Amino acid sequence: MNAPDIEPAFEPQLSRPSRAAVMWRRFRRNRAAVLGLVLFAAVVLAALLADIIAPGDPLRRVGVPLTAPFVDAATPLGTDQLGRDILAGILHGARISLLIGVVATLISICIGILIGAVSGYFGGWVDDLLMRVTEAFQTIPSFVLLLALVAIFGSTIGNIVIAIGIVSWTAPARMVRAEFMSLRRREFVDAARNLGVGNVSIIFREILPNALPPVIVFASVVMATSILMESALAFLALGDPNFASWGNMIGQGRAVLRTDWYCTVIPGVAILLTVLSFSLLGEGLNDILNPRQKK
Amino acid sequence: MSLLLYLLRRILQALPVILLIIIGSFLLIKLAPGDTVDALVGDMGGADPAFVARLRQEYGLDQPVLVQLWRYLVKLAQFDLGWSYVYEQPVTKVLASRLWVTLLLMLGALSSAFVVGVALGAFAARRAYSATDNVISTLGLIFYAMPSFFLALLLVLLFSVKLNWLPVGGIRDIGAFHTGWKLWLDIATHLVMPVLALALIYLAFYMRLMRTSVLEVMELDFVRTARAKGAGDARLMFHHIMRNALLPVITLLGLQISTVLGGSVVIETIFSLPGLGQLAYTSVVKRDLNTLMGIIFLCSIIVVLVNILTDLVYAWLDPRIELK
Amino acid sequence: MTDAPILEIQDLRISLPAGGDRPYALEHLDLTVNPGEIVCLVGESGSGKSLAANAVMRLLPEPHVHVSAGRILLDGEDIGAKSESEMRAIRGDRVAMIFQEPMTALNPQKTVGWQIDEVLRLHTDLDRKARRARALEILGDVHIPDPASAYNAYPHQISGGQRQRVMIAMALVLNPRLIIADEPTTALDVTTQKQILHLIKEMQRQHGTGILFITHDFGVVAEIADRIAVLRLGELVESGPAEQILNHPSHPYTRALIAAVPALTPPAHKDLSAAPVVLRAQGLAKTFAARGGLLSGRRQAVTAVRDLSFELRQGETLGVVGESGSGKTTVSRIVTRLLDADRGEVVIGGHDLIHADRRQLRAMRRDIQMIFQDPMASLNPRKRVVDLIAQGPIVHGVPKAEAHARARELLSLVELSPAAAERYPHEFSGGQRQRIGIARAIAMQPKVIVADEPVSALDVSVQAQVLRLLADLRDRLDLSLLFVTHDLRVAAQLCDRIIVMQKGEIVETGPTAQVFADPQHPYTQALLTSIPGRDWQPPKLTDAA
Repeated sequence: MNAPDIEPAFEPQLSRPSRAAVMWRRFRRNRAAVLGLVLFAAVVLAALLADIIAPGDPLRRVGVPLTAPFVDAATPLGTDQLGRDILAGILHGARISLLIGVVATLISICIGILIGAVSGYFGGWVDDLLMRVTEAFQTIPSFVLLLALVAIFGSTIGNIVIAIGIVSWTAPARMVRAEFMSLRRREFVDAARNLGVGNVSIIFREILPNALPPVIVFASVVMATSILMESALAFLALGDPNFASWGNMIGQGRAVLRTDWYCTVIPGVAILLTVLSFSLLGEGLNDILNPRQKK
Repeated sequence: MSLLLYLLRRILQALPVILLIIIGSFLLIKLAPGDTVDALVGDMGGADPAFVARLRQEYGLDQPVLVQLWRYLVKLAQFDLGWSYVYEQPVTKVLASRLWVTLLLMLGALSSAFVVGVALGAFAARRAYSATDNVISTLGLIFYAMPSFFLALLLVLLFSVKLNWLPVGGIRDIGAFHTGWKLWLDIATHLVMPVLALALIYLAFYMRLMRTSVLEVMELDFVRTARAKGAGDARLMFHHIMRNALLPVITLLGLQISTVLGGSVVIETIFSLPGLGQLAYTSVVKRDLNTLMGIIFLCSIIVVLVNILTDLVYAWLDPRIELK
Repeated sequence: MTDAPILEIQDLRISLPAGGDRPYALEHLDLTVNPGEIVCLVGESGSGKSLAANAVMRLLPEPHVHVSAGRILLDGEDIGAKSESEMRAIRGDRVAMIFQEPMTALNPQKTVGWQIDEVLRLHTDLDRKARRARALEILGDVHIPDPASAYNAYPHQISGGQRQRVMIAMALVLNPRLIIADEPTTALDVTTQKQILHLIKEMQRQHGTGILFITHDFGVVAEIADRIAVLRLGELVESGPAEQILNHPSHPYTRALIAAVPALTPPAHKDLSAAPVVLRAQGLAKTFAARGGLLSGRRQAVTAVRDLSFELRQGETLGVVGESGSGKTTVSRIVTRLLDADRGEVVIGGHDLIHADRRQLRAMRRDIQMIFQDPMASLNPRKRVVDLIAQGPIVHGVPKAEAHARARELLSLVELSPAAAERYPHEFSGGQRQRIGIARAIAMQPKVIVADEPVSALDVSVQAQVLRLLADLRDRLDLSLLFVTHDLRVAAQLCDRIIVMQKGEIVETGPTAQVFADPQHPYTQALLTSIPGRDWQPPKLTDAA
């Protein structure tokens, strides 16, 4: 070609850092996100090591009731009014919190993606119908619905997880719908249709991968609220009584708040840090997946 | 005139949603193992089967579910929400006596959270990435991650247990028999901590969103135009940036109203405030299903009304939206 | 012209943040604007031309991007030495700016009047009444039909051309010494562009204002420039009087840029009457319905296309030309059935595409392919180039390995290196992405290719390359093209025949050379006279061609 040499022909770059390396570099730049990762790792570690550091049932009595922290080496974080080890409660509680966070989030995101994608892609009466249902779910105060669901189906851990998933899918659904509505107008979707690609393929192979990044970031928010909801249920003594839960520890600690505040504060801080770690991780993920020039 | 038409249209639009909610929750409650009669009989410590059957008939619980649903809807159309056997009163009466507490709590919490959150968010954005911004943003993150009940207990620990400034619970001092402005002052004192506990958490939401929103609007072309006209920083912020940046915050306010109502369950229970939230909790625990239905219905109406209100505010802020 | 210069830029250097692909956005820029003079700063994207404008206003995103050497003198005073409050007094008063996109450059929440009034409030002591009178007067000066109602309108309530008039009114209201116009007509239709350029010239003559006019379009330059400065990647390559640069450019880059401007001389008429018809459109119509019923807001029905018929023959390039709102884009979507037409038929190879059922449609898709406008948006960012090109054939049953091998061959056909196959779209420049889009269309071996504004998002030099590639492929592969464009210069270069559309209807059709030489319909005539720089014939530059 004798075109003016303004746009160079494609020149392959010789060394290119891998995708993962690029992402990690972006993530690392955000110090808060790194802190989030460390906190998250600590929670995961606590959940994994619960049976090694504090073996046995965390709900059994192990020492003198209301021992203050750092007094007895056997119960380093003290005991509650029933003589249960607070450290064991914290470690085993981490399991419940993580389980609830991960599974309930998966449930709500899956429902959300399905409804949002169909609604946003097809539009028309399908969209109208699904959006009325979404509005209905959004209009009922989610915590009241959660109370009702748990009261009706019983407070087992499985039911609680499903109930939390059911009350929190609306926000992801709206988000996915908005993404789909804007992406389905993009030319690459027209291009795929023009090639003869079918609807299902367009939804899941063309649009969904492009709609996912903000949803993944939002999943961290859903995870945080799921944990908060479970702990609030447990605080109100509506959690699963067979498992140690941070919320429940706070609920019980409330009775001795005036004298032995640590029974409340230690699990409270545990929830706070766990939820904080998700928020921070979410921000880090946002930096990775939606890179913007930081000024 | 167009405003009236708009309101009418919005209310008509909300009807199917509310109907969906009522039918959905009615059927859901019918799924519950045990009905009102079971709960009643349980309270009485058992009764003979004939009596139980008569009770069922009296409450219409022997009918097919769809017939019960139809009867419920017909009564609802006459603003009759049924009978609360726990309070021995019509549900409407129970709800009416508790509505104002929840409204007061929400109004206080949301307005303070909104005003302070928006101001702090704009302030942090203007000084983005400075030490001030870092402090504000970090505090925001912490309150964002704080369980409301834990925050409430911390407030109790500080203001009631340590400082002994504020009452631990209740909506008024029962023994004092205050009247007039003294009564209102008493109520206000009782509401300080509950409002604070709810407000601080939502404040963090609004602040974070406002900060991002302001940072985004700052980059827009018309802000550059205003700068090129010679406008100073304060003028840019108040006349050009803030009003535009408020739009997503208003949207969030509308979307979150039902979450805030849900949050009042925990807060009202902790501070023993006789509002709808506490009522929801006790009716779940005591299986007062008529009352629970009534609460869901009332809350839905509140949410719908607040949503219409936020849409009006949005349209007022953004002339591109036309109320039709 | 004997006055002292209004603006003198001396040896200006603007530094970029460390770690970018180049340390300076601009270097060694010297530029002078005299009273009553229009100086055009010309360059492609990335040349640093807009940063130069912001530097004059001292509106660079400091400290990341900042002036690191040189001086900017406004009426002999060094701008760099001014305090921020002194600068605020200068901005809007002595120097004003007009931006590219009049929709986003105006605050959507304030009325037009409020925004003009703000300039007066900031820089004068006039009372409210006097300010209002002045604002109405200036709105009249820029020929806004009804100043009083425009004063109270919000920006979204007036048309794009009117908005740009408002921007100009806002810039002129205090009679500044210097106006910086940053691509002020790029977002406008040609006929509106002509009016706005005319207005800028008129205002400048009346007030003796100096104008620094930033643009990428040599047609516009030819229309208004007194003097020209050409920028390339932050370097001033050439400057001088307009006549000299336009007709006798000396620097190779300027020569290349000017050579890339499509000449307004249509190709010689090809006789295709013997060639078979590959696509016949008959009575196409599309109305975007008023949506909603009793419960939701109603929108007006818009007729995008009414009763459209045309034929495309084998090996022919048929141009569909029109301004925004003419329905030309709707045509490209209906013909490919990305949008369902209300009426009419599109016959390809004996089958009607419009009424084809699902299975027929799928099979027919391979016969009609599309090249899209935005090379950024039309390639799925999460797919490798080879997958993008091979996707169509695979969907239609070609084995994966074969489709991939063919895709790699196509890459060299569109002059991309085979190494491009494994990359993702974001690693390519705009022109390269458009080549990928072309390869994707050709991979299906279609009977017809519909190209919807395929070069309008590209820089002029890249545009020339892509057009040349398209023409080359068309001739080699005997392709039939339906070419939708708003740019008459581009149409003139490539199309054998053109259809001129206005408000959803064909107003004129015929061989390109004939329509250009002797337009019959008044709208076609208006379009043709609006082409910026139509009186300037780009010189034949032998070395660059």
